[in-house]
Amino acid sequence: MELNVDIVSAEGEIYSGMADMVFASAEMGEVGIAPRHAPLLTRLKAGEVRVKHGGDEQSFFVSGGVLEVQPYQVTVMADTAARAADLDEAAALEAKKRAEEAIAQQHSDVDLALAQAELAEAAARLHLLQKLKSKR
Amino acid sequence: MAVGKEIKSKIGSVKNTQKITKAMEMVAASKMRKAQDRQAAATPYAERIRRTIGHLAQANPDYKHPFLMERPVKRVGIIVVSTDRGLCGGLNINMFRKALGEYRSAKDAGAEVDLMIVGSKGMSFFKRIGGNIVSEITGLGDTPHLDQLIGPVKVLLDKYRDGELDKVVLIHNRFVNTMTQSPVVEQLLPVVPVKDEGLLDNWDYIYEPSAEDLLDGILMRYVEAQVYGAVAENVACEMAARMIAMKSASDNAGQIIEDLQLEYNKARQAAITQELAEIVGGAAAV
Repeated sequence: MELNVDIVSAEGEIYSGMADMVFASAEMGEVGIAPRHAPLLTRLKAGEVRVKHGGDEQSFFVSGGVLEVQPYQVTVMADTAARAADLDEAAALEAKKRAEEAIAQQHSDVDLALAQAELAEAAARLHLLQKLKSKR
Repeated sequence: MAVGKEIKSKIGSVKNTQKITKAMEMVAASKMRKAQDRQAAATPYAERIRRTIGHLAQANPDYKHPFLMERPVKRVGIIVVSTDRGLCGGLNINMFRKALGEYRSAKDAGAEVDLMIVGSKGMSFFKRIGGNIVSEITGLGDTPHLDQLIGPVKVLLDKYRDGELDKVVLIHNRFVNTMTQSPVVEQLLPVVPVKDEGLLDNWDYIYEPSAEDLLDGILMRYVEAQVYGAVAENVACEMAARMIAMKSASDNAGQIIEDLQLEYNKARQAAITQELAEIVGGAAAV
């Protein structure tokens, strides 16, 4: 009896294969999972996930995530970035602020195009003036 | 010969434009492949997390997380995924049309709409129509990362959790193939769990720490993963659309060059004929 192990992150699959035993650092402490483990759902701390298959052992670093255990299936959903409530909060506030600023700023693409046209005209006038000056 | 000098310079300028559009076409083609790989890499995570949510819903059907509960819809959150840059054909416009339809139908049903916008094209469009934009992210570039999306998505998730929003939908372009990208609307919240038939009834997880905490984290990651997947797919769509747009622009430039060349030859021929006629006429007069 072997375990089916999937380690995935949002931006890519990290490992997929069979294993005799999986070790991970869960939030409440290190867990070792053998086949026919009871269903378990836990958060992971930043740390190592070790996959033992036959004689060899592979190790992966995860910065956190969620571990789901079914009797013959272990799924590690790894985070791609360090997560913390206050970090997320700061990012959310920033996104909100950006949206407010963008709305407050009245220049849209149309205004920009208009400004560019005006600038081009002004530059052309200046050029002409300089030409006239140098002729004199 | 002074004849056709204008036409000559026109041909030169069209040729220059053609060079640029050809280069853009090739750049978009190579970027498209990479973007498709990134999109494919995002799918296993979304699938696994969807499966876990299905398991969870099956394991304890009594506990209802707010993210799983249907409520009467008084306020809708719409996430619109657009591109940052233009020159990609009708990609954004088609998607905006779909988004606007969704926006209007929500308003017609008496619901308010909050918007989250990805990409500056979407920003300028929805600013113009006066939508209530609550969060935005622009400048993600060709290689978007999940952590850039956490903040903007959290704004909507928090609103949903607080009962300010009753439904969240995601509107983005689906990559059908290189020639076709079609806008789609997906419901993000409330989450509709899929059942795994292979599982027995009457079992539950051991939760560490509490079930609510875990479910909250998982559902949050699920929504983020969905949005990330949409953004990654949108980059592939953008590149494909730009490739096609630039290809047809190059073809059109070639056609214009051909026409101009023909006109130039005609003008040159006319000038020569006239000169000959003048010489012949002059000789006859002598």
